Amino acid sequence: MIVSLNWLNEYIAIDISPAALADRLTMAGLEVEAVTERFQYLNSVVVGRIISTRPHPNADKLRLCDVRIGDRTISVVCGAPNAKPDMKAPCALPGTIFPNSFEIKKTVIRGEISEGMLCSEAELGLGPDKSGLMKLSDEMVDGTPVSRALNISDTVFEIGLTPNRPDCLSFLGIAREVAAIVGKPLRRPEKKMPQTYGRIADFTSVTIEAPDLCPRYAARLITDITIAPSPFWLKERLLSIGLKPINNVVDVTNFVMMELGQPLHAFDFDRLAENRIVVRKARANELFHTLDGKERRLADDTLMICDGQKPVAVAGVMGGVNSEIETATTRVLIESAYFNPVSIRKTAKYLGLNTEASHRFERGVDPEVTLIALDRAARLMAEIGNGRMVEGFIDEHPTPSSLPTISLSTSRANRYLGTDLDQAQIVSFLRSVEFAVEIKNSETLSVVPPTFRVDVSRPEDLMEEVARLWGYNNIQTTFPKISGVTTLPNQGISIKNQIKDMMAGYGFSESISYSFVARNSCDRLRLSQTDDRRRMLDVLNPISEELAVMRTSLVPGLLETMSRNLAHQIKNLKIFELGKIFFSNGQDRQPTETEMLAGLWTGAGIDMTWHDTPVACDFYDLKGVVEDLLRCAGMEGVSFSQLPETSCFYTKAGHSAQILHEGKVLGLAGEVNAEVLSDFNVRQPTFIFELLVSPILSGFKENRMFAPIPRFPFTDRDITLIVDNHVQAGDILEKVKWFGEKLMEDIRILNVYTGSPIPSGKKSISLRIVYRSYSETLSDQQVNRVHQQLTDRIIQEFNATLPV
Amino acid sequence: MENRIELIKTEALEALSQVADAEQIKSLSVKYLGRKGLLTLFLRNISELPAEDRPEAGKQANIVKKELEAAFDAALNRAEARNRENPEDAIDVSLPGRPVTRGTLHPITHVTRQICGIFSRMGFDIAEGPEVETDYYNFEALNIPKNHPARDMQDTFYVSDNIVLRTHTSPIQVHIMEENAPPVRIVAPGKVYRCDSDLTHTPMFHQVEGLLVDTDVSFGDLKGVLEAFVHEMFDETISLRFRPSFFPFTEPSAEVDIVCVMCRGKGCKVCSNTGWLEVLGCGMVHPAVFENVGYDTRKYTGFAFGMGVERLAMLKYGINDLRMFFESDYRFLRQF
Repeated sequence: MIVSLNWLNEYIAIDISPAALADRLTMAGLEVEAVTERFQYLNSVVVGRIISTRPHPNADKLRLCDVRIGDRTISVVCGAPNAKPDMKAPCALPGTIFPNSFEIKKTVIRGEISEGMLCSEAELGLGPDKSGLMKLSDEMVDGTPVSRALNISDTVFEIGLTPNRPDCLSFLGIAREVAAIVGKPLRRPEKKMPQTYGRIADFTSVTIEAPDLCPRYAARLITDITIAPSPFWLKERLLSIGLKPINNVVDVTNFVMMELGQPLHAFDFDRLAENRIVVRKARANELFHTLDGKERRLADDTLMICDGQKPVAVAGVMGGVNSEIETATTRVLIESAYFNPVSIRKTAKYLGLNTEASHRFERGVDPEVTLIALDRAARLMAEIGNGRMVEGFIDEHPTPSSLPTISLSTSRANRYLGTDLDQAQIVSFLRSVEFAVEIKNSETLSVVPPTFRVDVSRPEDLMEEVARLWGYNNIQTTFPKISGVTTLPNQGISIKNQIKDMMAGYGFSESISYSFVARNSCDRLRLSQTDDRRRMLDVLNPISEELAVMRTSLVPGLLETMSRNLAHQIKNLKIFELGKIFFSNGQDRQPTETEMLAGLWTGAGIDMTWHDTPVACDFYDLKGVVEDLLRCAGMEGVSFSQLPETSCFYTKAGHSAQILHEGKVLGLAGEVNAEVLSDFNVRQPTFIFELLVSPILSGFKENRMFAPIPRFPFTDRDITLIVDNHVQAGDILEKVKWFGEKLMEDIRILNVYTGSPIPSGKKSISLRIVYRSYSETLSDQQVNRVHQQLTDRIIQEFNATLPV
Repeated sequence: MENRIELIKTEALEALSQVADAEQIKSLSVKYLGRKGLLTLFLRNISELPAEDRPEAGKQANIVKKELEAAFDAALNRAEARNRENPEDAIDVSLPGRPVTRGTLHPITHVTRQICGIFSRMGFDIAEGPEVETDYYNFEALNIPKNHPARDMQDTFYVSDNIVLRTHTSPIQVHIMEENAPPVRIVAPGKVYRCDSDLTHTPMFHQVEGLLVDTDVSFGDLKGVLEAFVHEMFDETISLRFRPSFFPFTEPSAEVDIVCVMCRGKGCKVCSNTGWLEVLGCGMVHPAVFENVGYDTRKYTGFAFGMGVERLAMLKYGINDLRMFFESDYRFLRQF
């Protein structure tokens, strides 16, 4: 809501500064978002006296004027036909910036210097007249700023109203609030009516066919009216809040809507077929030309204002071209109605039309201001347009509104708010905002809210009124009582925090990507057509095609991040994300939300420093991270196995591992394949892992048991085996552990080698096996014997040979 | 008498601790223990003492003499050992150490943890909820009926008529109250989505929701808890102001401004010269919400609050562009 201080002053005498008023309003719940001086630019527009004029030597339509502006005379090039010596007119000096951002500068126009600009009313934004210079009174002293000479100043407040306060969508509403805040009386507009003639019933009628959508419809008729531009005061009012003046009739409807909050509509009465109004629902697919010049297809529940034959307005939203006020209009039917807020809202949404009228109707207009606004508009129109008012009005009021009576307990209000107000104070606060209060007893009040406060229906609503008028900041700060019950911290959240900390410990930086991705992100990952990750949930109204569906993988986000960073010359990247992915269960059901952890490593494994030569990261760097993470999480029974080639979509076949936990898939780790990389404009080797978070949460062990520290020394033995290339080292380790040799403490892989002198199709694997007893120092013989047995079993199991 | 000997000892050891060079140690040794040394002179003059003091003084002086001799010898040994070491072996300690690559957490994670940590210490549990919600949980249960203008307060991403990306973390309140009888004290962090994207809005951002329900909870309590929070989050000197506002699920509702943490209220670009920053929305839980979850409105009252994590992170770290949070620029991420 835009509020001009000058206009507001009509209804309440404001004697505090604009800044103070803004602050008081904000602290009462009407947040002032901006305060601007409307005529600041007029401070450098001064009264100029034209001393002489002569033709411009190089332009027929321009003249050169010498203009006296107080202590000096300047030259101004001017094109206005009415510029003549001794005339006083506004002269904008260099540095003036008009509201349309036009800046006055000292310039040369066709070879002649111009040190300012003589202005028309329109150029100054003081009216629509652009035919010539604005003529100023001879009494005005040249050199005086126009703002002072014309006594023009106005402060404009931009108030961000919350949806519960439609009562403040008018000057009277804001004035009511100010009256309550500053404790001054409100001045309501006069209700005096002009002379009337005839009887309205003889001219027209209103039939409401949809009383549920239109509980009240009132109308008045003005005849013999002359359509013309509005007088200056009216145009000025509208301009002050950014509304465009149109003609006297339309301007009056807008003015009264802004003054009283009741949207009005004016019909050209002679263009209404059968000179009557019917309020009914539209027929499905009915077409209608609204005032903005667009043809609109109506829904069958759209409430329409019709004449005897056809629709003439979309009720509460916008009028139609077919009954618009025109220059030739002489009879005007004024509509003042109350429409069902939900119906208006649906229509406005459906048509994509948010008008000043629909904005008010959908939030709730005061059902009792209907006739007041009607009379006010009729009187102003008759006055301004020299029209005659027909006696009487139509008021189809099939469903009178009923007001709630709310019981308010003083003690409960005080307990609820944490205040210590006495009943008299509460009564006075409520009455200051026009609530009807009846004191039942020392404890209980019976309160009826005013009709314009459509947001108030419960005791808590009254408490808010009391609180805001007392001042939220006057309420004592207390602390809630401490409950005796303690609960364990949320396990899942704390483990996820630990996982993030571990990832940071491994050198990864956390990134957060949008949960929505492009529709083609599955294609970019080369997922098969039947892949589960294609179960994507669509966003119906996405911001862009790039953010159109909910992600089913964290991988596209990581790859995008890498791609963007590489473009910034960042070649070494270790990033991770922990977040949800979403699997659609159909658009009308909630998706399955699955938490994932994913990490990406590209570039250096060991960066170049003066200590080291750089080494690129590889699969095993990443695997080490995953292994340690799962180990720290206490996950037992985790294994890595080749991901079958048919499941390698975005990873490289033969370089991808499936991560299993107790036989169930926990995730994968692998190198991104060249095809996918090139899709993301990346050329360097890149490694990614993905893990399901929930098995980690359920497998996480907060408490681990102490293992005794060995007291006897270990002995180790190395062995090199030659095995077929396809034998997986992990299988050897698994198998040996499965043998369960009690004296074996650890087994490690020292080296894996292919190439001469190892025969082709074979590889050598060197193992170091550590032996230890917890009860004695092992002798060489003991170790040798056990080692021999163990190696024999390995050789047999994997069809291995020893090196020659 | 003893004092005199002790004094010589203290002085000698003190002087010794100041020197490292072998020659200096030797000359100190001469000064105290040499033929004309201080201690030697003392011993030589012992005959001038009263007869009964002489044996004790002599004994003391000899003990000190031995101690000093040992100290000078040890110092000399150390100095000579140092001389034997090859100075060419010295390393350039100014060379950078071998780098340890530390990872970083997202600023949103840091700030969310800080917020939740403060409320945890005030006895709040931490809860989470689904990011894709039904219309009921996101709106209706929170007293935002269909076709109500309050729906315009949040630009909603729709999945279907009935399914939305949650526009706030408030639905978690409803889930928690449906599943738990009062008293309830929770904070709920999470991602939220709004159909808005420009300089100051991203279509996804983070909120932390809070809810406290018990018998006799007052608006004053709400003020107390939020004041404690702001003081811990920023510092004790940051004052708060509560402004009446509107949220359909609270009544009374308030917005909380804090004194601008950048300019301390003087007025700057960050606070648009107002001296205040809007950081929180809050209010007393609307009775309609309690009715929806089956809480007895005669018995229980409560308050709820919500805050934007990005906003707080921007203030905390002086970040001036909201979009940086989700651009994942490594040079940004590595700073936290």
